[in-house]
Amino acid sequence: MSEKPITGEKRVFMTGNEVVAWAAVAAQAEIMYGYPITPQNEIMHYWTRLAPKFNKTFLQTEDELSAGFTTIGGVLAGKKTFTATAGPGTVLMQEPLAMAEMMRLPVVVVVMQRGGPSTATVIYSQQEVTLTTFGGNGEGFRIVYSTATHQDLFDYTIKAFNIAWKYRMPTFVLGDGYQAKMREPLTMYDPEERGVELVKPEPYVGLPGMPGEERPPGHYRNTYNTEEELNEVVNDHVKAYEQIQNELPEHDEFGTENADLVVVAHGVVARATKQAVEALRAEGLNIGYFRPITLRPMPDQALRAMADRTKKILVVESAQGQLARLLKESLYGKTVEIVPLFRPGVGVTPEEVMARSRELVA
Amino acid sequence: MAVQPAMPRSWRRETKPHKFCPGCGHGIALRVLGQAIDQLNIQDRMVFGCDIGCSLLAWDFFNVDTVQTHHGRTTPVIVGLKRARPELVCVAYMGDGGGYAIGAQHLVSAAMRNDRITVILINNTQYAMTGGQMAPTTLPGQKTETSPYGRDPDMTGHPTQGPEMVATITPESAYVARGTISRPKQLHKMVTRALENQIAGRGFSFVEILATCPTNWRTNAKNTWKFIEETMPTHFKVGELKVPEAFQAAAGGEGARADG
Repeated sequence: MSEKPITGEKRVFMTGNEVVAWAAVAAQAEIMYGYPITPQNEIMHYWTRLAPKFNKTFLQTEDELSAGFTTIGGVLAGKKTFTATAGPGTVLMQEPLAMAEMMRLPVVVVVMQRGGPSTATVIYSQQEVTLTTFGGNGEGFRIVYSTATHQDLFDYTIKAFNIAWKYRMPTFVLGDGYQAKMREPLTMYDPEERGVELVKPEPYVGLPGMPGEERPPGHYRNTYNTEEELNEVVNDHVKAYEQIQNELPEHDEFGTENADLVVVAHGVVARATKQAVEALRAEGLNIGYFRPITLRPMPDQALRAMADRTKKILVVESAQGQLARLLKESLYGKTVEIVPLFRPGVGVTPEEVMARSRELVA
Repeated sequence: MAVQPAMPRSWRRETKPHKFCPGCGHGIALRVLGQAIDQLNIQDRMVFGCDIGCSLLAWDFFNVDTVQTHHGRTTPVIVGLKRARPELVCVAYMGDGGGYAIGAQHLVSAAMRNDRITVILINNTQYAMTGGQMAPTTLPGQKTETSPYGRDPDMTGHPTQGPEMVATITPESAYVARGTISRPKQLHKMVTRALENQIAGRGFSFVEILATCPTNWRTNAKNTWKFIEETMPTHFKVGELKVPEAFQAAAGGEGARADG
């Protein structure tokens, strides 16, 4: 029944949602709990079709609160468990994710951004960056990978399970409706065949032995009695996150050495900016490209080094400055000029980026 | 020295005396649960989930793997856990606010799905941890901090009939009962059955427990007892509402009723 889902390298042409389902299977995830919301639905559709073949579990819950909390239950049971959501679903999901942050539970959440605020559109935006990076009543101790291509969706979904279970932090794959719904080619593979070690999950409850006699009982809580008690717990999180900030930031960049302008974008918008920057460089313009892949933690060091080498930064996003806010935090104290190209809720074309870039270096 | 009642093996001695107020019903409910755990010998294969509200004070009560969750969310955590590890005996322990208000959709949905979990819900007619606000279970005319002139059913509805609702929406394999801490022997039978029904893999198992809260009721011992023994049962009928056939056959027909 549960033979390897993918052997060798497999060139495929599929939607991003289908890619996520396959990647979760390849990562040896065992359970998906989810609630329908566009544009992530097909992750569930494909997972439920793959489930009987590979001995996987699924439950369609009553809402996203339940999807998040059942996912926590799956993780506590020691199974790689994930959910997927979008828009108002991401809002509801913040409650279970705050619990996951407090208790350092390795839940994996795939967010396919749709328009906001409110119900908005079912189609596309980059307006869930703030919510995904810093949602919840806490400190935003989460790991967020922003994908740009279907290959990214496959690679980073696998990685998300590994990173979540290695660092015991809630981990996100942040895509969008365009990535979710469009088809494009990618290479699927079995991660272990490629030498990628799959981090094994461990149960929090139901371990062998009589609790209180042969082993201590697992007593997990998120409630504390005093300010000092809580402060100690959060300080431990701070320490753990410092390690994450040292080890996990990822980015992509080119042409940023002594550039007149560097265009910064994440996710699918980075594909437009990459194309624009390549075309402008072919014209002989001294313009660079920078794409943060992790939005939590941001690649602070690389960004600060880049800021020292350029005159201006153009930040491009399908939101009204959600990436820019993270960027400014990373660049605090730098005097480089930051110019916005904000297109909330709509896609960005290379032509728009080229036109604005030309104005800025003219 | 007075003779102390035996402490269930599954209780964690290091955390006793427990953290509940004097006269609180949680202690008796948790003693009954502890005795049932001992009797069924499930201490090493059980997960106890507790909610927000006074139930969270039970997070280190047992020598049992325990997860303290969010308000109303113990049901989905336990559902997710049980589906991942069906061999574990999973109990969701909550108050009336957690089960019937903020977590009502989870209770209804888990019951409708006939999830093989045991839900134990403490009904003390108000939100106790937060200082005595009106709950879905507050009696008509009962004064609370948010119904200072008494609950007006015309404006705020009648007390939730939880077990009656659960019994209506669950299949015949579910076990549903309402017990009271004032009758521990009857309650013991109900809690034991609610666990046995899960262990047998039959269906959703639900016990509402009428419990005392003298702190927020502002009652002395005599009036506390009067409220739970006389007043509450006029609104909340104590007894089994749904008993799977297996129990009835085992007990031989009529005797199956846990009538105390």
